[in-house]
Amino acid sequence: MSAWLRHHRQAVVSALKRLGLLNAVVIGVALSLPAGGYTLLESLRGVAGRLALDTQLSVFLHPEAKRADAEALGKLLRADRRIARLRFVPRDEALKDLAAVQGMPEVIEALGRNPLPDAFVVTSDPQSLEALAADLGKLAGVAHVQADAAWARRLAAFASIGRLALWLLSALLGFGLVAVTFNTIRLQILTQREEIEVAKLIGATDGFIRRPFYYLGLLQGLAGGAVALAIVALGLWLLNHQVDELARSYGSRFRFAYLPAGDALAVVLFAGLLGWLGAQLSVSRHLREIEPR
Amino acid sequence: MVSFSAVAKRYPGGQEALKSVSFALRAGELAFLTGRSGAGKSTLLKLIPAIERPTSGSVIVNGQNVGALRRDAIPYLRRNIGLVFQDQKLLYDRSVFDNVMLPLAFSGQPPREAARRVRAALDKVGLLSRERSNPIQLSGGEQQRLAIARAVVNRPGLLIADEPTANLDAESAERILEIFIAFNQVGVTVLIATHDAALVERHGGTLLRLEAGRLA
Repeated sequence: MSAWLRHHRQAVVSALKRLGLLNAVVIGVALSLPAGGYTLLESLRGVAGRLALDTQLSVFLHPEAKRADAEALGKLLRADRRIARLRFVPRDEALKDLAAVQGMPEVIEALGRNPLPDAFVVTSDPQSLEALAADLGKLAGVAHVQADAAWARRLAAFASIGRLALWLLSALLGFGLVAVTFNTIRLQILTQREEIEVAKLIGATDGFIRRPFYYLGLLQGLAGGAVALAIVALGLWLLNHQVDELARSYGSRFRFAYLPAGDALAVVLFAGLLGWLGAQLSVSRHLREIEPR
Repeated sequence: MVSFSAVAKRYPGGQEALKSVSFALRAGELAFLTGRSGAGKSTLLKLIPAIERPTSGSVIVNGQNVGALRRDAIPYLRRNIGLVFQDQKLLYDRSVFDNVMLPLAFSGQPPREAARRVRAALDKVGLLSRERSNPIQLSGGEQQRLAIARAVVNRPGLLIADEPTANLDAESAERILEIFIAFNQVGVTVLIATHDAALVERHGGTLLRLEAGRLA
């Protein structure tokens, strides 16, 4: 094994010995906030994005409308050039769909009749959607026009504000990570003052003396990143436990997704990088102060 | 090996520790630096491994002008100089063996060769049986011998000691001095600062006497 490799291994071993679990936890807790927020937002954005692309309107007829009224309206809608696709949902079919949801057959039974109206599902391009909704609402026989996309767009807007807030939070806590590492390394240098002084006296190069501190900063950052991921994973597991029940009651299979592997790796590497940066700043500031007398 | 010409050292604050000191040591020479405390002995010794830099004049060690040496060249200068201090500067968080291992940690020795050298150095100062001990368990004389072992483990051409026998009883002091003389006999240049004139007279060697910052 070459001397160079041996030096680095020594530096890593010495850094590992001094790696404080508590520091890693402090960094981990701080980083889990933006990492967790990002995870939740990504999950929501997936949903919102999917819905926002759905440029659909639901056009409901009056419940007492006859099949002939529906057919007349259908003809009218088919003539409208702004409508790309049209699907008719008869009230019987809608009832059958509803009955498939757990608990609903009893409710329908109690009602004694079909409370659902006939409906059209209209697909259009996003630009003309609002105008189309207004026009369709004025047609005879139409009880209500519902634009599914509106709330989804609002959700997406909130999500992007949230994302900006998260970036700010990340920057702030990243700065905190650098400061925490800076201070840890400073204390470590003070603790090892004698050792550093002796090392300088017997001919250790600056690089040799600095190396363990760089590794300490790097490893502390990496460990903090890993702790953050563990906290996020635990949080999501608890959250999904609850969300699952709620979602199932709405007939949804929605769950918050874990961070994709690439993003998780990026969190850990970024934390490591910031730790290294903090060590770098601290070492260049404090190591020079220790000179043999 | 070492040559001072017209070296002066003034500390910040105006205290003048050395005033125009000139002397030369040949390779393999044994020299004693004497003088009262405060005469500038420690300052003179510190100029050689560039712990201090001269205010004026030149300090040449192994053909290098130490005063003008770049910061990053200093470690390589120090690797060829064995330093023994009055307050040994041992590390008490590790064993006797690891203290002596320290200078070899960054010299690129294979571990087995390094361990062999550490034991050889400990053997020369009579501490081989104590390699597992902590330095705190050693007597004053033994701690000083440990400091010598650490200074010589890298086989430097020059050995410098600042009051190595201060605070030691006569017998321990004599033993320390014998160790230095043994290294000198195998060709190491040795420079020892001491205020113990009797010790010097018994052993001969070059005598450098400092009085108020000048060689008398």
